[in-house]
Amino acid sequence: MTDTMQSDTDEVLQEIRVLLEAHNPNRIEITEETDLSADLNIDSVAAMDVIMNIEDRFEIDIPLNRFGELRSVRDLAEVVRAQLKNG
Amino acid sequence: MDILDKYDLISKRHSGLLEVGEEPFGLRMERVLSATEALVNGRTTILAGTNNYLGLTFDPACIAAGVEAMQAQGTGTTGSRIANGTYAMHEDLEQAIAKYLKRSNAIVFSTGYQANLGMLAGLAGPHDVIFMDADSHSSIYDGVRLSGAKVIRFRHNDAADLDRRLARSDDDGACKLIVVEGIYSMLGDKAPMKELAEVKRKHDAYLLVDEAHSLGVLGEHGRGAAEEAGVEDDADFVVGTFSKSLGAIGGYGASNHPKLDVLRFNARAYMYTASCSPSTVATVTKALERMQQSPELQKKLWSNANRLYDGLIELGYEICSPASPILAIRLKDEATAVWVWNRLLQNGVYVNLALPPGTPNGACLLRCSLSAAHSDEQIDEIRQNFAAIMQHLPLPSEGATATQARA
Repeated sequence: MTDTMQSDTDEVLQEIRVLLEAHNPNRIEITEETDLSADLNIDSVAAMDVIMNIEDRFEIDIPLNRFGELRSVRDLAEVVRAQLKNG
Repeated sequence: MDILDKYDLISKRHSGLLEVGEEPFGLRMERVLSATEALVNGRTTILAGTNNYLGLTFDPACIAAGVEAMQAQGTGTTGSRIANGTYAMHEDLEQAIAKYLKRSNAIVFSTGYQANLGMLAGLAGPHDVIFMDADSHSSIYDGVRLSGAKVIRFRHNDAADLDRRLARSDDDGACKLIVVEGIYSMLGDKAPMKELAEVKRKHDAYLLVDEAHSLGVLGEHGRGAAEEAGVEDDADFVVGTFSKSLGAIGGYGASNHPKLDVLRFNARAYMYTASCSPSTVATVTKALERMQQSPELQKKLWSNANRLYDGLIELGYEICSPASPILAIRLKDEATAVWVWNRLLQNGVYVNLALPPGTPNGACLLRCSLSAAHSDEQIDEIRQNFAAIMQHLPLPSEGATATQARA
């Protein structure tokens, strides 16, 4: 079970990294610590587009109410994991 | 650290805009001359960005009604209806709106922004789920946030995406409220109301339609996108504004819901703000009459919209949606959009400059809005200005752009 969770997590992270590449003109290495605003210059409106692409990829819904908490790649991965678990 | 330091990046961007031309976000008009003209820098300028769809701001009957109401009942109400009382004319206007929209009830708010805030935060609460179109106006974003409801965005004008998200929703027992606009203010595109209404019925959700830009514009009687699509019965709640087709300021929420009045004691945007002034209520009431008596205004508006749309397409401009009273011209980048906007203004045409993040998908737009009050000659003059500008596009380089704009 733990192994499955771990591999799901890695897949989530990997997919999020791929989706964020469209917002990574300077080709920095995207890690869990990468800050969406400070490191990738993703403003609040662009962040909403990113989140919609993530929702589509994982077939989940991330409520607008949560957007304010999503500052790093780790935050995104965690909210995706939580929604996948709920679904 | 200064409390306003957080806006330094935005201020810097704004200063950059001012370096190459006029202030695009708050242009000073020395005097507004008519529904379609103003004096700007001493020059008579055609207004093609005012959302004055039916051109009623200078309608003599509306002006006379406003003057008479001000003389009879004063300049303002000086407070909210729950504290200072309701003027009979507020209720008369609400009844007139309800009758026109074929709804049993309507509530008047002091601005269109507050109408969305009050209706959304009044209708939905923390145990409800709102499904909103991603391209919604800021007043809708603010209203849904204020409601405390769980908010899910669906892809713009995509009924299938809305359907998927409603199907995924696991909030058993929660009320579901779908929120869309009739015409979207930035791109001028219409909501697919028939498809949205089908999804709404399938999932037993409520539907609220903001007809701010479609009142007086769509539908045989001008009631909006839901009327045009024949799905008014599916629109449980309708929101609209007085500040576009009706030429004043204020807004409304209307419905057949028998309990709508409860919002008068629960919608804070209604309760804690001063009510519309007597002159505003009077001009709106008259404008509502004028709109119903004058179906030719809607026809002329569309004829103007089609005339400019055809002209711009012929010139090779990219317009973001099919012909509509809002024509959003997509330009290559911010520098081009700013340059074209300034050039148009120098030549006596005012349109709206719309830049990211205020636009969908990072688009740099020049947004024209047409009016029934525009003459064919004015439409042709706008078109000619765009034709003259087309010869300079694409702009050679960023450096040259600034120089040309100053020239």
